[in-house]
Amino acid sequence: MQRGMMANGENATGLILAADGRPLKQSLARALRLQKLRALALIAPLLIFILVTFAAPIADMLFRSVENSIVPDTLPLTVQALADWDETSGEPPGEAVFVALHQDLLAAVAAKAHTRVGSRLNYEKTGLASLLRKTGRRVKRMAEDGNLAAQFAKIHKDWVNPEIWAVIKRFSGNYTSGYFLNSIDTRLGADGIEAKPENERIYIFLFERTLLLSVAITVACLLIGYPVAFLLATLPMRTSNVLMILVLLPFWTSLLVRTSAWKVLLQQQGVINDTLVFLGLIADDARLAMINNQTGTIIAMTHILLPFMILPLYSVMRTIPPSYMRAARSLGATDWTAFWRVYFPQSVPGIGAGAILVFILAIGYYITPELVGGTSGTFISNRIAYHISSSLNWGLAAALGVILLVVVLLLYWLYDKIIGIDNVKLG
Amino acid sequence: MRLRTFLAAGAVVSAAMAGAAQAQDMTIVSWGGAYSASQMNAYHKPYMEMNPGLNIINDESGAEAVAKLRAMAEAGNTTWDVVDVVASDAIRLCDEGLALEIDPDAMLAPAPDGTPASKDFGDFLVTPCFIPQIVYSTTFGYRTDMVGDTPPKDVCAVFDLETYPGKRSLEKRPINNMEWALMCDGVAMEDIYDMLATEEGQARAFAKLDTIKDQVVWWSAGADTPQLLADGEVVIGSTYNGRLFKLIEEDKQPVAMLWDGQVFDLDGWIIPANLSEERKERALHYIRFATDTQRLADQAKYISYGPARASSAPLVGKHATLGIDMAPHMPNEPTNMSNTLLYNYEFWADYRDDIDAKFQTWLAK
Repeated sequence: MQRGMMANGENATGLILAADGRPLKQSLARALRLQKLRALALIAPLLIFILVTFAAPIADMLFRSVENSIVPDTLPLTVQALADWDETSGEPPGEAVFVALHQDLLAAVAAKAHTRVGSRLNYEKTGLASLLRKTGRRVKRMAEDGNLAAQFAKIHKDWVNPEIWAVIKRFSGNYTSGYFLNSIDTRLGADGIEAKPENERIYIFLFERTLLLSVAITVACLLIGYPVAFLLATLPMRTSNVLMILVLLPFWTSLLVRTSAWKVLLQQQGVINDTLVFLGLIADDARLAMINNQTGTIIAMTHILLPFMILPLYSVMRTIPPSYMRAARSLGATDWTAFWRVYFPQSVPGIGAGAILVFILAIGYYITPELVGGTSGTFISNRIAYHISSSLNWGLAAALGVILLVVVLLLYWLYDKIIGIDNVKLG
Repeated sequence: MRLRTFLAAGAVVSAAMAGAAQAQDMTIVSWGGAYSASQMNAYHKPYMEMNPGLNIINDESGAEAVAKLRAMAEAGNTTWDVVDVVASDAIRLCDEGLALEIDPDAMLAPAPDGTPASKDFGDFLVTPCFIPQIVYSTTFGYRTDMVGDTPPKDVCAVFDLETYPGKRSLEKRPINNMEWALMCDGVAMEDIYDMLATEEGQARAFAKLDTIKDQVVWWSAGADTPQLLADGEVVIGSTYNGRLFKLIEEDKQPVAMLWDGQVFDLDGWIIPANLSEERKERALHYIRFATDTQRLADQAKYISYGPARASSAPLVGKHATLGIDMAPHMPNEPTNMSNTLLYNYEFWADYRDDIDAKFQTWLAK
């Protein structure tokens, strides 16, 4: 009996063996691993493409939100010498620090890095950019005569201002929390983290506004899109196809063209105001302000994002058998009850998909708010764009980007907790 | 997110383009529109005729030039040869080591009478990397049919809601607006920047801007104000003088120019740092030609920006198609210069981030 089983591929330890004599479990795992590798190899081109062209650049950009190596790299000796200086003493650092600074600056000027470190530190303390530029021009003419502190002070009195040195010391690490603190309207002061003065607090306000307006746009899209999708799903094919083209046509039109068209319609001397004045509904000197404010942003973005709501709604509604509604009615339900108790619950997955799509697109929108948002309708993304392309403060832009990304992921997670992501259907 | 992907995609596309480019292609980056056209006519065409086999590619991404140049330098693949930037950006690029330092007397052509380039350009050589090209100004235009019988004479009309009711357009940034606000709040011209460097001075400027805040349309592209004026959306608005010239003289709109309180700024060339020796030589050869006295004067035939060389001013002639004298339309024409400011590069390099944060907060509230 025992011998017979051994012959069937079981060894003395009781493991089942495969044909080649290896344990079956191992052999099976190996086959599965090979299969997985083969599958991975098949998607490898796409995976590598996404990693190289999408994930890596984003990760690199996001990393800038904490990177600060420019200060210790450009002023290594000064940073070292500053370690011994007590910033609470109220005195500027001693001669040793100035000797180190002189040497650092000589090297930095040769490499043209002193102005870069100046721009970096100017984000934390206004005036450091010109201080370093000015000093860089004269540093070659200075002599190490044992009194460099006085020579630096002669170039600019800020060099003997302990506050300036405290800032340099505070931002001398390889990594900094400066950009993140800045993007939540705080800063690293002498006594730790402190709120910025009232007249410089902007980012939290902008994040809130971005979220609020995005919610408003999502709701507007849902209110307008739901009846349209319902109509599309219930009309006979021939009519609904024509309607579908009307939905898709603006979808295929350039974003800029559609946004500019809204300008023509909504501005104070525009088509809508002209018509209202002509009809006598409003006075000529009381034309409505519908653009360059929040109203403009909401109207234009609702229009632009509407197809992203209608299409998932439509494809979900197509799958709801019309017989359910008929059954409800034949059992005595009113039209409203039949809709609300039978039809609507089945369309919820479409609402979920559409709402997520519209909301996430809206939160990162940039061109439309810039063009029609004026001052009260711009988003946080407009500030990010400004810091990328205009102020060149990429660290701050990266920090704002990280926060925006985290907020979106957080909302996604919340959505999954409350409604469940399985409940989202695109058709 | 979108922007970053866009930047990354842009870098990939430019890299691909560089691979395809011929040895004799030269990419010149400028602002597009009428401005690029004027450069094409005054510089590129004659230069290409003189140098057959060389092909100038006109790239119109001037508005993002600084950010893109930085991204290219970080990627180690700069595909641009010559870039047109405003002076403040030239200073930043020079500060960051992204632009080539120029020795004006050795690399630029002297004036016809032998004056060395450094003297001919004079104070306009604001940074060692910058080769000045034009003087332009940011100034105001107003609708002649919306101001009644009392057309505005000075820049403070912008703040005068009683005499000139209606919307006005201002650029969505603190630069220039802060200066005008203080100027019209009674601060003497020479004290403006000392004032702006203090918290009280900034508060004072914002208080002045507050008086017109709800009547302001904020613009971010140079074409906005001309469009707003043409549509009658605003009574008065700031923009670049060349845009107003086109609106008034070419498009014949009922708009007039206000030279009072104009803020001068400079625009010119930089050559990216770290070009190969061969490309650097080619770029310098082009620059020497394109910034000589006659070429700078020629550009004024096509657009109403003043040549940056002193020796070019007497050579400014008539507009190429309209046939009108261009000299009176130059921002640096003496009769237009009774009350002017020069963009303070040093000040804004320091205070840009600080005041901009306050400005944006003020705008949002």
